[in-house]
Amino acid sequence: MTDIREVSVDELRHLVSDRALSGETMLLNMGPQHPSTHGVLRLLLELDGEIVVNCVPDIGFLHTGVEKNMEAKTYQKAEVMTDRLDYLNPCGNNLTYCLAVEKLCELDVPPRAQAIRVILAELTRINSHLVWLGTSGLDLAAMSIFLYCMVEREKLLDIFEMVSGQRMMTTYIRPGGLWRDVPVEFEDAVGSFIDHFPEELAKYHALLDTNELFLERTKGISTITQKQCIAYGITGPVLRASGMAYDIRKALPYSGYEQYDFNIPTRTEGDIYARYSVRLEEMDESLKIIRQALNKLPYGPVRSNNRKFVPPPRSEIGVSMESLIHHFKLWTEGFTPPKGSVYAVTESPRGELGVFLESDGSPKPYRVHYRTPTFANLQIMPILSRGHFVADVVGAIGSIDIVLGDADR
Amino acid sequence: MGVEQKLGNMGVVTTSLEQAVNWARTNAMWPMLFGLACCAIEMMAAQASTYDMSRFGMELMRASPRQSDLMIVAGRVSRKMAPVLRQLYDQMPYPKWVIAMGDCASCGGVFNNYAILQGVDEIVPVEVYVAGCPPRPEGLIHGIISLHEKVKKEKLSKWA
Amino acid sequence: MDDRYQPVVSAFQERFAAEMQEFRGEVTLILAPEHIVAAARALRDEFGFDQLVDVTAVDYYPQEEPRFHVVYHIRALEKGMILCLRAPLNGNAPQHFSVESIYPGANWYEREVYDMFGITFSGHSDMRRIIMPADWQGHPLRKDYPLGYEEIQYTFNYNEINLRKPRPKD
Repeated sequence: MTDIREVSVDELRHLVSDRALSGETMLLNMGPQHPSTHGVLRLLLELDGEIVVNCVPDIGFLHTGVEKNMEAKTYQKAEVMTDRLDYLNPCGNNLTYCLAVEKLCELDVPPRAQAIRVILAELTRINSHLVWLGTSGLDLAAMSIFLYCMVEREKLLDIFEMVSGQRMMTTYIRPGGLWRDVPVEFEDAVGSFIDHFPEELAKYHALLDTNELFLERTKGISTITQKQCIAYGITGPVLRASGMAYDIRKALPYSGYEQYDFNIPTRTEGDIYARYSVRLEEMDESLKIIRQALNKLPYGPVRSNNRKFVPPPRSEIGVSMESLIHHFKLWTEGFTPPKGSVYAVTESPRGELGVFLESDGSPKPYRVHYRTPTFANLQIMPILSRGHFVADVVGAIGSIDIVLGDADR
Repeated sequence: MGVEQKLGNMGVVTTSLEQAVNWARTNAMWPMLFGLACCAIEMMAAQASTYDMSRFGMELMRASPRQSDLMIVAGRVSRKMAPVLRQLYDQMPYPKWVIAMGDCASCGGVFNNYAILQGVDEIVPVEVYVAGCPPRPEGLIHGIISLHEKVKKEKLSKWA
Repeated sequence: MDDRYQPVVSAFQERFAAEMQEFRGEVTLILAPEHIVAAARALRDEFGFDQLVDVTAVDYYPQEEPRFHVVYHIRALEKGMILCLRAPLNGNAPQHFSVESIYPGANWYEREVYDMFGITFSGHSDMRRIIMPADWQGHPLRKDYPLGYEEIQYTFNYNEINLRKPRPKD
């Protein structure tokens, strides 16, 4: 990168209105280091006094080159990268990637592994919503909710640590099943969490639902219509808060979600408060799913028996020569899926998370593309902030629940 | 040190200026509220009630670099972020310290590619490296205590 | 193939001479790039594919014809259908057509494809880099762009690499 290309102002001219040139409106830079941009988002705000005239998001400050890096690794090794994209939804990222690989290789996943995947994905959703609730509450000057949320989050992380050995970046869900079976304490730990969590949820409702300050800053602010949501490719709680009951878990069930009975919470207002209440209700629904999955958790293997794609369990390696060969082949060369491309989707806490995977028949993926919900959802920032106060921009950013690692990849 | 024995019951303690200043610096070290990626979530966890970093005089996270003493680089630093990070570092008043939290900030971690800086020590001087991907809050607290130990041994002339 | 896709597929085969591919139950239509805007309009208005999910590209370097495929995923929310469109592009610096006028959400996706692959979209309202810095050279996700891999330090080459590492000034 020797010679630096000068960026002329003319190239950026179309981003601001004519009034900005005469100095009638003010241009304000917000971020990338700003406490309420939830990471490293940069917004260029055009202000008329306190009112936002336009807002131009600038992303890429957390661009990690994951897609390029995955092309240089085998299918199993590339999975480690996926955790770190959307760092509030590591299990969901793993799950989506594994679903894509399983679709490509036509692998079957045993029912026990599927049920555990669902439990972990839903726990991750609660975890993500807790961090969202804490931080966006903090942005709207509700300090104590953050402390309550983080306490509950620790309990969830203890469960993740119990199953995988890592608090956040679990890489526990693997192509063809799971890394290993869950420990015996798992069911009790999850059970005690879901028994105790509704009390906490009631506490959050009590803290915020009647908080005049919070209501004042959320109701009727940053509204978006269902039509705009669909046109801009918005999914997840933002779409549901503007009236459309669309959830990938219902529309295109994966991992056995069709067996569970749960509702899709929706609101019609499309404002910040609607998004807030949709997410809180979603936590309730997640608890329902976890309870059902836990009650009928089947016994059996947690990995596919297809030895050409899935490594044999550790115990078999010592006694079977064939297993040793498979193990060696899979961890050195990797497996070779057929040529073709697939697209797998899951419902992440933020919306539709998709993986586009193209294989050229070699052990390394030819192209991996993550369709991330934050990237799509951030596009509506101009719509959400136009005509509102600068202080409400903070609430709007919080309400679409952005994770910059997810947007920039 | 003989003076304390004589003056001890008068409530006076003598020490060197260096020790007194360093002691004061370690007990009110304000970190900058500056999260980049995954590690920032663990940094928040370290701030919250379970781990509570305010035990070490760090309950105040300052969003402005002008008011902070310590920069915790929590997460991967991309090539686009690097100039911003350096500018933030330059804006911090002396004395200032940097902790590289996590593998990505320390050495690039798993991301050995075009987009990520292979260690934040390429652009700012780092005092303490905390390993882990992401490190547990205990790990971060250990890093901070190590920094405190280091600061206690500093010479006044270093920042003069 | 799911029967519900049949009307779209036959209409597209007839109108745009699209080539149909099926893999693992997913329907992909390969169209000439000049038809993409008309095809997107037909999908949205006639067949109810109302949401553009994703736009990305695949680089087939060193193959020149086609060098790139631009891949669209378009979804019909109510029916739960998803269709994949592919537009093959030739050459090193290809020109393509933007579908932003039909699906406004394509704005950022096309900017990303431009940033990462160097495919320019005509008819796009804001064709700038989105992720990489504005002064970045090259397009990282092309196959001829190096990964930018840094050598790993072992004991035998530790000092040698250490000397080459950039250090902060001051």
